[in-house]
Amino acid sequence: MEQAVLTSLDPLIGALREHGYAVVGPTVRDGVIRFCELGSAADLPAGWTDEQAPGAYRLREGGEPVFGFAASPDSVKRFTHPPRSTLFRMRDGVPEAVPVEAPKVALLGVRACDLAGLAVQDRVFLGGRYPDEAYRARRAALFLIAVNCAVPGGTCFCASMNTGPRATSGFDLALTELTGPHRFLAESGSERGATLLEALPSRPATDADRQAARQVSETAEQRMGRHVELDGVKERLTERRESPVWNEIASRCLTCANCTMVCPTCFCATIEDGTDLADGSASRAERWDSCFTLEFTELGGAPVRSSGAARYRQWLTHKFSTWVDQFGTYGCVGCGRCITWCPTGIDITEELERLR
Amino acid sequence: MSRLAVWKFASCDGCQLTLLDCEDELLSVAAQVDIAYFLEASSDRGAGPYDLSLVEGSITTPDDLERIKHVRRVSKHLVTIGACATAGGVQALRDLADVREFAAVVYARPDYIRTLDRSTPVSAHVPVDFELRGCPIDRGQLLEIIGAFLAGRRPVVPAHSVCVECKARGNPCVLAAHGTPCLGPVTQAGCGALCPAFNRGCFGCFGPMESPNAAALNARLRAAGMDDDELGRVYRTFNVTTFGSSSDA
Amino acid sequence: MIPAPYRVRSRRPDRADTVTLTLEPVEGTCPPFLPGQFTMLYAPGVGEIPISISGRARSGGYVQTIRAVGAVSRALCRMRRGDIVGVRGPFGTSWDLAAAHGLDVVVAAGGLGLAPLRPVIRELEAHGVRYGRISLIAGTRTPATLMYPRELARWGRDFDVQVTVDHPDRAWKGPTGLITKLVGRIVFEPRRTYAFVCGPEVMMRATAEELLRRGVPAERIALSLERNMKCGIGRCGHCQLGPLFTCLDGPVLTYDRVSALMEVKQL
Repeated sequence: MEQAVLTSLDPLIGALREHGYAVVGPTVRDGVIRFCELGSAADLPAGWTDEQAPGAYRLREGGEPVFGFAASPDSVKRFTHPPRSTLFRMRDGVPEAVPVEAPKVALLGVRACDLAGLAVQDRVFLGGRYPDEAYRARRAALFLIAVNCAVPGGTCFCASMNTGPRATSGFDLALTELTGPHRFLAESGSERGATLLEALPSRPATDADRQAARQVSETAEQRMGRHVELDGVKERLTERRESPVWNEIASRCLTCANCTMVCPTCFCATIEDGTDLADGSASRAERWDSCFTLEFTELGGAPVRSSGAARYRQWLTHKFSTWVDQFGTYGCVGCGRCITWCPTGIDITEELERLR
Repeated sequence: MSRLAVWKFASCDGCQLTLLDCEDELLSVAAQVDIAYFLEASSDRGAGPYDLSLVEGSITTPDDLERIKHVRRVSKHLVTIGACATAGGVQALRDLADVREFAAVVYARPDYIRTLDRSTPVSAHVPVDFELRGCPIDRGQLLEIIGAFLAGRRPVVPAHSVCVECKARGNPCVLAAHGTPCLGPVTQAGCGALCPAFNRGCFGCFGPMESPNAAALNARLRAAGMDDDELGRVYRTFNVTTFGSSSDA
Repeated sequence: MIPAPYRVRSRRPDRADTVTLTLEPVEGTCPPFLPGQFTMLYAPGVGEIPISISGRARSGGYVQTIRAVGAVSRALCRMRRGDIVGVRGPFGTSWDLAAAHGLDVVVAAGGLGLAPLRPVIRELEAHGVRYGRISLIAGTRTPATLMYPRELARWGRDFDVQVTVDHPDRAWKGPTGLITKLVGRIVFEPRRTYAFVCGPEVMMRATAEELLRRGVPAERIALSLERNMKCGIGRCGHCQLGPLFTCLDGPVLTYDRVSALMEVKQL
């Protein structure tokens, strides 16, 4: 592991571009801080922060920090498991593979929860009997620069999921933003990260820098907006399958699927058939689907999970119970997106508590 | 070659025009199907029967009632297109009042007006094979219907919420991010989340999604500052009959 | 996710709405399959559905029986000799025939459920000495919807075959009503019995419960579950039943693993 102190992120962005990466990071757009391609460090949301609460996100003017905000509306799943991708075309009975689009992307500013989400996805897409080669290609094309969280949001609970706030693995580089004077402690997590870091203008890290960085993570850990008690949750959820709580949640649940769309680990997809009117070829595409739709469980013309209660139960139970059976990890990383972006503000941490 | 007919009832023609708007794809469509009856595009009146009839507009006059039965008789497959044909359209607002009063106010000689009390969807009168929602319909969905019909497959026209498309498109939720009232969570997808992509709330022009929970959304809309009057109006635009009493939920 | 092109070698209409196809790869040979496994069959431009493999033809091709219920199955049923079908698989778990060695065997089929059980019956037919008493019970809507009638007649010479129908016609002389009634009409020693059960979920549950009540251990009652499947390889998430991916952990599962899950409505 290499460590160094950077005073500007422009040389980093420049070097990544020289290596052929499109540099994608947080920027203020559409009234939120979201991941877009960056031209320079000036596009980063310096001076902005966010307030996150159940069903509510507000952009606010903040202080000095560049990374003084919490999880972005959209997770990095978009880059590894895009909303829609064509699988193949078939012309005259001959299937033709469609080349996988795996552009080189450097994600600057991913958080510990995002990295944890990628680790969960790795198990889902690569850990089984039928690895997803398209995922593998897109995943390999990512260069990951983590930023350790200083200001967790009101819906964050990575500390209780043991996934943050400090990024411990799965990154090429990790930055901790420090103030007085403003600087970034950078550490490498991969060989290519170390090589890149060595080539950047920097000064060696001192014990004071390292101590300040530790302090950032420790403070962040104390500021988690939410908490989940994991002890016994896996067993409890399967025991609570007939609980009346599910019906009560369903009275507030829109079954709109926002939670699953913004979730960094939700992987469910459906397959769509298409036909080209011009050349008569057939094609199949994979697109994001959700366990909240009725078609998801349609069998013989009727859905298995017709009630909203059954659909919410499937989702929450999958995240905290059956996911463990399937993949040996929780399907939740504590990013809080499903809480912030639920239009009616359903809070999984609260619902888990009510299901105790 | 399959024969296509396009019919108009009480409507603004916008949905039929979607077919002409297809431009590039229109040539492909014309190569695959014989557009036998489409007065908006050609005065040729190819006689029936037709393999696929696209029907725009709602049923509002006694003549319409007879004509839609004729259309059904001469069509192997009948697909209704747009909010008028699938839900009575904007003109179904008259269902909430007395149409004769409207006629008396609007027309110098209301006795010339032969109209039904209500504006009803086509499916209220004849069996419909598929309903394509929207005001207007989506071009991609229209081509999908024609393509699926030709391939003999189930059209990819999901009945889930607009939110699924909205998030796939990468839009941040306007309701959560800005407190903008949005009907997306109770509205069927199909438009590609057009309004939220421009930071506006969904107007619900595709009608209710497969399992709408208006009561839950209304609580949120009230919290965002909508009063009962506004709530009443927001559901009563394009899909009065299908959104029904959503505002009271 | 890309299917291999297969050619329809033969097509045999079974009943009004079912067709049995024999499929051979355009290039190479069919991969080996185990009884109970399924393939994802793709009708180009229409869609893809899971269909169990009912056997291997003498030519080496897969024998697969399809009932026309949706757009994809209708398109597959309309296929003619020489047409191209996309095939992925075989996928999923299989009927554990070795576990039934030395035991009495009950094969229970409801409706189209006979198709996934056909390779089991063929094995019992070929190696009957490996098993104890063998009984085949089948339920069907009407005498006209009974699958594989000629083969059933042939199997009747080797095992105890009993059929019940929901709606008898005038010519029907056999039993009517639920298949569970037939469980009482066949001879088996419950504690030394292995059951292979396939059909609609309510039929499988009722049959399994009846067998359980008579003393057949739950781990010796195998069922073949059906769920909405889009990928067949545990990736699309559609076919989940509690912790199980029906496509990977199933379709064949023993009752001890699924009875509690099947009890929960809308799981």
